[in-house]
Amino acid sequence: MTWLRPVIAVMLRYGYLLRGTPARWIPIFAWVGIDMVLWGFLTKYLNSVAASGFNFVPALLGAVLLFDFFTRVMQGVAGVFLEDVWSRSFLNLFASPLTIPQYLTGLVATSTMTSLISLVVMLVMATALFGLSFFIYGLALVPFLMILFLFGVALGVFTAAMVLRLGPSAEWLVWPVPAIISPFAGVFYPISILPHWMQFIGRLLPISYVFEGLRTIIQGGTVPWTALITGGGLAVMYVLLACWFFRRVFRHAVRTGILARYSAESVG
Amino acid sequence: MQSVLSIKELRKAYGGKIAVDGISFEVGRGEIVGLLGPNGAGKTTTINMVLGVLEPDSGSIEIEGIDLAASRAPALERTNFAAVYAPLPGNLTVRQNLRVFGLLYGVRDLAERIEALIGQFELEKFRDVKCGVLSSGEQTRVALAKAMLNQPHLLLLDEPTASLDPVAAREIRGRIRQFAASGAGGVLWTTHNMVEVLDVCDRVLFLSHGRIMLEGDPKTLPQQHGQPTLEELFIAVAREPLTPKET
Repeated sequence: MTWLRPVIAVMLRYGYLLRGTPARWIPIFAWVGIDMVLWGFLTKYLNSVAASGFNFVPALLGAVLLFDFFTRVMQGVAGVFLEDVWSRSFLNLFASPLTIPQYLTGLVATSTMTSLISLVVMLVMATALFGLSFFIYGLALVPFLMILFLFGVALGVFTAAMVLRLGPSAEWLVWPVPAIISPFAGVFYPISILPHWMQFIGRLLPISYVFEGLRTIIQGGTVPWTALITGGGLAVMYVLLACWFFRRVFRHAVRTGILARYSAESVG
Repeated sequence: MQSVLSIKELRKAYGGKIAVDGISFEVGRGEIVGLLGPNGAGKTTTINMVLGVLEPDSGSIEIEGIDLAASRAPALERTNFAAVYAPLPGNLTVRQNLRVFGLLYGVRDLAERIEALIGQFELEKFRDVKCGVLSSGEQTRVALAKAMLNQPHLLLLDEPTASLDPVAAREIRGRIRQFAASGAGGVLWTTHNMVEVLDVCDRVLFLSHGRIMLEGDPKTLPQQHGQPTLEELFIAVAREPLTPKET
């Protein structure tokens, strides 16, 4: 319990911010809701015009939902970190007994809460409005979500470390990361149609195994457990690497004085 | 006197510029030590190293005998600080900030502690006001309440009364004197206000170019060095550094 107290402090702080500022709920509800509506109607339209009888709802809308979940986790971790950047809290935070593992756990736990809310919103909308049934993915849904969650955590921690290293102006690095990754991850198409160099990058991305697996299941294939284990292994490795990187950047910031003087004027 | 802070041969350079040049000193329990010096003398660098947010190039820092480099969290549990350049997050209310930092410092019976501090620093009417909209003086009082949350054994104050009116500043000095007199801990205090130094400090360290140039009782030091007042001594040290650490 003693170890968890600072973790709860990091979570509570964001809870207070959410309670006090309705605008902070927008990314949790609004963006994912808009995506569900937009892609939901698109898939309905495609279903009506496609001659093949292929059901686009689980393939496209399901993929959008899963990718949005990954995005929310990643931006959730980085977003909670950015709250400390914006409020210039580093000196007060890191002059306290808070440790880096506790701080990162707090960021991830906070992001988990907000991302789960987004996931529920998306599930309800996709099911109620567009008839998306997650039973179609079966048990594979669990590793799908785990891989997306872990890779989202890894990228969130990595981008937070980049902002710590490069200064508040590097905030722009955080937001486009999911969009940059999506063409390589094969969210909407098999990565086999990509050029070789893009396929190579795609195979290094854990989430590409999720979207490949999703399409395999929809097309009536069996769950590609080996591929999912590979994706899971990569995701765990990236989480460990991201945490190592954050710790290394933090130590550099303490050694060079970046942390003590962290602001847009002094860094970046 | 048992020491709560022991600094030995502390050194820090930024690139080729030496900020702190091998200083050593102690702060005893119940003692208020003033860290004086002109801008850029190394005061804030020293405080940042004691707070663990800046790593020294060499030397050691012990808080109640705990090596800060080896046991960061246990050492910082015994410490707290307030500084004009480190206001609490302005998007949280006074009570929310105190709750968050109380949890970070592992304060027991937190709700009662927060209420006691809100009363002690006369923050009752600002309890549910966001810190960002408070005046600088009110923000200072909140920062001091946060600094007292964990009943620190080492309290670091970097120009804590800089933005307070004379009445509020005197009240704050009184509270800090009370804290030290209770024997709960020691205080390291930086200020440019020599009246304040005479009022609260048991001992002062004059820092210039990262070195301790003088150390002693602020009431007797000026006479020992042929200066009429502490302010004149400060100016003399800042302009023409003496041989380090005369007393």
